[in-house]
Amino acid sequence: MSIGHTLLGLLEKGPRHGYDLKRAYDERFGQDRPLHYGQVYTTLSRLLRNGLVAEAGVESGDGPERKRYAITDAGVTDVEQWLGTAEKPEPYLQNTLYTKVVLALLSGRSADDVLDVQRAAHLGTMRELTRRKASGDLADQLICDHALFHLEADLRWLELTAARLGQLSAQIAGVTG
Amino acid sequence: MSALLEAIDLHKSFGPTPALDGAGLRVRAGEVVAVMGPSGSGKSTLLHCLAGILTPDAGVVRYRDVELSSMGDGARSELRRTDFGFVFQFGQLVPELSCLENVALPLRLGGLKRREAESRALEWLERLEVAAVGDKRPGETSGGQGQRVAVARALVTGPRVVFADEPTGALDSLNGERVMQLLTTAAKETNAAVVLVTHEARVAAYSDREVVVRDGRSREVAPVR
Repeated sequence: MSIGHTLLGLLEKGPRHGYDLKRAYDERFGQDRPLHYGQVYTTLSRLLRNGLVAEAGVESGDGPERKRYAITDAGVTDVEQWLGTAEKPEPYLQNTLYTKVVLALLSGRSADDVLDVQRAAHLGTMRELTRRKASGDLADQLICDHALFHLEADLRWLELTAARLGQLSAQIAGVTG
Repeated sequence: MSALLEAIDLHKSFGPTPALDGAGLRVRAGEVVAVMGPSGSGKSTLLHCLAGILTPDAGVVRYRDVELSSMGDGARSELRRTDFGFVFQFGQLVPELSCLENVALPLRLGGLKRREAESRALEWLERLEVAAVGDKRPGETSGGQGQRVAVARALVTGPRVVFADEPTGALDSLNGERVMQLLTTAAKETNAAVVLVTHEARVAAYSDREVVVRDGRSREVAPVR
């Protein structure tokens, strides 16, 4: 799961400081694993170094001064590419796929596109496994079947998500952040 | 390569409900195309329009560059008998006939003598590994055997396109996979195209490419390599 891309996606709504980003991330994607502050700042400095975010002023309040970060054009292109690229089909992708779908909806991009691209990639891998199964011995067949069933489970989840995009979209619009 | 069969911008409603709302599909000779999508998305309606069983309210279906809507009912029925084959989820074999007679039936309807028709039918039963049930009636066979007999019947006339609507829907995984393997292998060997409607990814994995139907509209996603 790419934390960098996710933070970039969250920055598309407007500049934020690190603490704010962590909160937005945890609220949407951190159910099982909230981000550590260290992770946020290491990631932000990497994004800064690569020109994907830029510093956008300092926020001063009661506490210490806090730097705000804004996404750059290169950052937007980077998010765009990430959303448009299928993940390597393998089991247990739900986390990343869920993040991509939510970010697409948040940014007004097509979540159907994210799902369709991923479905095509999954089916591509499933085709290869199916062909390998046809020419392999029983051991090959059993190994391929294991992978096929896992990929199928992922795809069924994708289909279910596709069917609930409208609902998800409405719910996300209701959450601030 | 040009399309053997194509549907362009099809619309079809049953009462006030649109089943197809701008769906399209191109099928080339010898390829296996999976039509996927959730229940009620319009995938079976698309298949029925492609096969000339249903007439769309608007849009065009062309087979070998001839519009199906320009043909009379008789010519369309003839086309379905000579050029198309069908495999459904169940209920397609005539219960009163033996499995061999079932497979021979399309050839007999085409005017072939009984002996010749049954000899060809037997070849197909052998190819699908169910020659042993030739003398039995469909009701006396297992689901997997019955479905292989149905595949034999769909292929016996040497169709250019086989329409398969959830052909493994009533079978367990192992039987379903064997039926898919036999169907796609036989289709490739005879250069028949297959239009395969399924909601199961493991079945769709036997196809060369997939088209997704959602809310009556179809969508083709370029395979990702």
